[in-house]
Amino acid sequence: MCRLAAITSVKYFSPMENILALETMKEGHDGSGLGLTLKDLGGHFEKLKAYPILSGICSKKGAKILDDYMDKAGFKLKDIWAPKIKPVKGILQRDHYFARIYDYPASYVHKPMKEKEDLLMNVRIALRKIGEPDESIFVFSFYPDVLTLKEVGDPLQVGEFFGLDCDHIKAKIIFAQGRQNTNYTIYLYACHPFFIQGYCSMTNGENTAFVPIREFLMSRGLPGYAGYNSDSEVFTHILHYTVRQLGFPLTYYKDVITPLKETETERRRDRAALKLIKQSLRPLCIDGPNVVIGFTPDGSCFMVHDAKKLRPGVVGGVKGKYALMSEECGLDSAVPKRDKATDIFPMKYDMVIVKPHAEEVTVWNQLQS
Amino acid sequence: MEPASKLDHNHQLSLKELPYIVRWSDHRCTRCGRCTAVCPVKAIEPSVKVKRTVYSEGPLPEPQATRKIIQVVEQVTDIERYCTGCGTCTLVCPNDAIEPEYNPQNKFLHYKNKGGEGYKRGGRRNDPSISTLDRLKFTRISMLTDPALDAGRHEFRVRTLLGRILPADELPLKNVNGTLMPDNNSDKFIPPVREIFPIMIGSMSIGALSPPMWEGLAMGIAYLNEMEGLPVVMCSGEGGVPPRLLKSRFLKYFIIQIASGYFGWDEIIHAIPHMVEDPAAIEIKYGQGAKPGDGGLLMAQKVLNLIASIRGVPKFVDLASPPTHQTKYSIEEAVAKMIQSMSMAWGFRVPVYPKISGTKTARAVLNNLARNPFAAALSIDGEDGGTGAAYNVSLDKMGHPIASNLRECYLDLVKQGKQNELPLIAAGGVAKKGNLAANAAALIMLGASAVSIGKYMMQAAANCFGDEYNRCNLCNTGKCPRGITTQDPKLYRRLDSDKVAERVVEVFKTANVELKKIFAPMGRSTELPIGMSDGLSVDDKAIADRLEISYAC
Repeated sequence: MCRLAAITSVKYFSPMENILALETMKEGHDGSGLGLTLKDLGGHFEKLKAYPILSGICSKKGAKILDDYMDKAGFKLKDIWAPKIKPVKGILQRDHYFARIYDYPASYVHKPMKEKEDLLMNVRIALRKIGEPDESIFVFSFYPDVLTLKEVGDPLQVGEFFGLDCDHIKAKIIFAQGRQNTNYTIYLYACHPFFIQGYCSMTNGENTAFVPIREFLMSRGLPGYAGYNSDSEVFTHILHYTVRQLGFPLTYYKDVITPLKETETERRRDRAALKLIKQSLRPLCIDGPNVVIGFTPDGSCFMVHDAKKLRPGVVGGVKGKYALMSEECGLDSAVPKRDKATDIFPMKYDMVIVKPHAEEVTVWNQLQS
Repeated sequence: MEPASKLDHNHQLSLKELPYIVRWSDHRCTRCGRCTAVCPVKAIEPSVKVKRTVYSEGPLPEPQATRKIIQVVEQVTDIERYCTGCGTCTLVCPNDAIEPEYNPQNKFLHYKNKGGEGYKRGGRRNDPSISTLDRLKFTRISMLTDPALDAGRHEFRVRTLLGRILPADELPLKNVNGTLMPDNNSDKFIPPVREIFPIMIGSMSIGALSPPMWEGLAMGIAYLNEMEGLPVVMCSGEGGVPPRLLKSRFLKYFIIQIASGYFGWDEIIHAIPHMVEDPAAIEIKYGQGAKPGDGGLLMAQKVLNLIASIRGVPKFVDLASPPTHQTKYSIEEAVAKMIQSMSMAWGFRVPVYPKISGTKTARAVLNNLARNPFAAALSIDGEDGGTGAAYNVSLDKMGHPIASNLRECYLDLVKQGKQNELPLIAAGGVAKKGNLAANAAALIMLGASAVSIGKYMMQAAANCFGDEYNRCNLCNTGKCPRGITTQDPKLYRRLDSDKVAERVVEVFKTANVELKKIFAPMGRSTELPIGMSDGLSVDDKAIADRLEISYAC
């Protein structure tokens, strides 16, 4: 079972905090991958928040292809950041790990954000398709103020490999997942967290309803609903589909993945809507065992479980810094000075939402709404 | 002097030509006569023979021959009175003296066309081989990577939806301060949808079935819904619905079928103003898996008082429905207009869907329905479906197996992104070997939203003798020895409708438990695993490729 460590804070902090939290949960991951997604970036990126960042890995050959492609697409390179790689035994070093900051093509500069988002997603998918057959290019995210790092290996060693212990890279929301490989191949694109157009999530557990969900998403006509090297990628795309595409408020994500029985909706004012949603999005119902931790473009972070709550999860912290972890030892590592009595262990009907800037944490109950 | 042709019996068939040979035991038979009285086809008859016996009395062997007149039970070789192997004789014999035995060497079909009449029968395709459905296995078992669920402890929702489902982006909802509410200003039509148990009883008409059989099924359905909380529905078949049921609150558990003969529909339409509940759905029958291209057929001998009155026809006439709905000349006419007319009759409150026989052209029909916002589902009946009466050639040689037909239709819907909008109902050979839950679960994982069963219900609930070795299959003659498919009171009094109802309840309760036993180890409980094809495997590469599932051996 993978281990999850998410921290949201009003102040910038280092991804090493997440990695150290993962280290406390070490028995739960097997070194088959570390994924880091950073949002609301500080340090090097603080003054570049409006520009999209292309995060990925490429070979020497891939670098040339990537440059040519981005040139042709009209993107102007503004800046490049690369982790200072420190070779670590057991981690195979690839040619280039990069975060390239671009300016939009001239024709897009004044377009609405939704159109820009579509452009960024399409470029990312195109690059992925070009680079995937020979593994010359891996791209994980292409979005303003979001950076993604992924590599196969033990989280602490990968953190060292990326030089995160010395680098000054910081962010206000950081998600980290230490992967426990189960059914699927050890592969970079299978590493969580997954990201699409401002929506991100990571999960542990296995998704037994994966195939019908994947088929449903892939037939929505959105090119971004692709990949699926991990059965958990669908959780991110369901979030994106529910909130961005359908325009539902965030709490309906819970109603989509774990719909209530009709008898349970009596206290809900919106029961008529729930009935329709449950029918129309029936294939998106998950069956666990999963805990899902995610963030949305406004910086809200959340945690939800499958309908049987077959995976643990805990949220705790202090005003200004909250952590969402798959185990309490991770929480102790991330926010040791907190009132443990206020820790929240969400149950099957709960959705824990930490507001942007870690201002406050609320528990939304599906039965009570 | 007898002519040579009679002396050598050359004009007669031998018993070896017949599908069943009756094994009768002289020394066990008490000559009670029950077997000959009960045989539905008069394949056996009492006869008198001369028997030569040799005996010896006294201390020394002094054999003496004597001739005695004895009574025997003899099988006739008349092709019109062939033994169907039903075994009613065995059932009534007090002394285990008689039993029909299947004769695999038979040449029955060579001769069963007397008078130029093709062989007609009931039942299903005579193919006892293992069907594709029975070859599918559930191989994605949740092991250490994720915990298997407990079928007895966890909560399961084994339910499905019958009715057209709107795509999420077309739902008439508005966001009111972070809460989604129905948009009452929207004129978007929300189609009716029923939540039902995913196994339903398929269309078997009152007329094809005897009164106690139909009544038993209906009582069982009502009990399952009202006492067991299992929302099982049942289709009426063509031929109307008893008037009392039409006006009762139980109508909501029934799907009413309209077929090309429109039998019983005058009565149904007139009853609409008096209905206190809407039916579960309306099924428009365009085809039947057992006899594609044929219409329904109720033989004259089954059209007695009750049936004549329900169907609004004279007694003792053959009731043949035309092969097609003759007032309709195209798919647009047949499907769109029929669906709309039926929807309109119930104020668009009742799902209306067509049923077709399995065919290579099913996808064409499907695509037409996918574009019709009033089409509530598509029911596809595969070649192993049953019937009350059909030509043997139709039963045995016409039709399409359900597995690949359903799968290609589902994958077609997936391509269009409409897999959740138009439910597929699969039928035809479900539980042919008795594996009801396994066959149903396999079809669901191939993409069916629900499955329909007919022949299996007759076998499981009323001990129908029929099987794939052409046993019995007398449904068309009105001489059903079990009293299931007859309108003759002397025969149907053998069937107790209460016992049928009890068995219906037992069958569905068991299926409910067994479905959970399949879904639980696969980690599925909250929603029916429709299209969860990664759960299935088969030990045949060609089948695996065709169904787009994995090959396992």
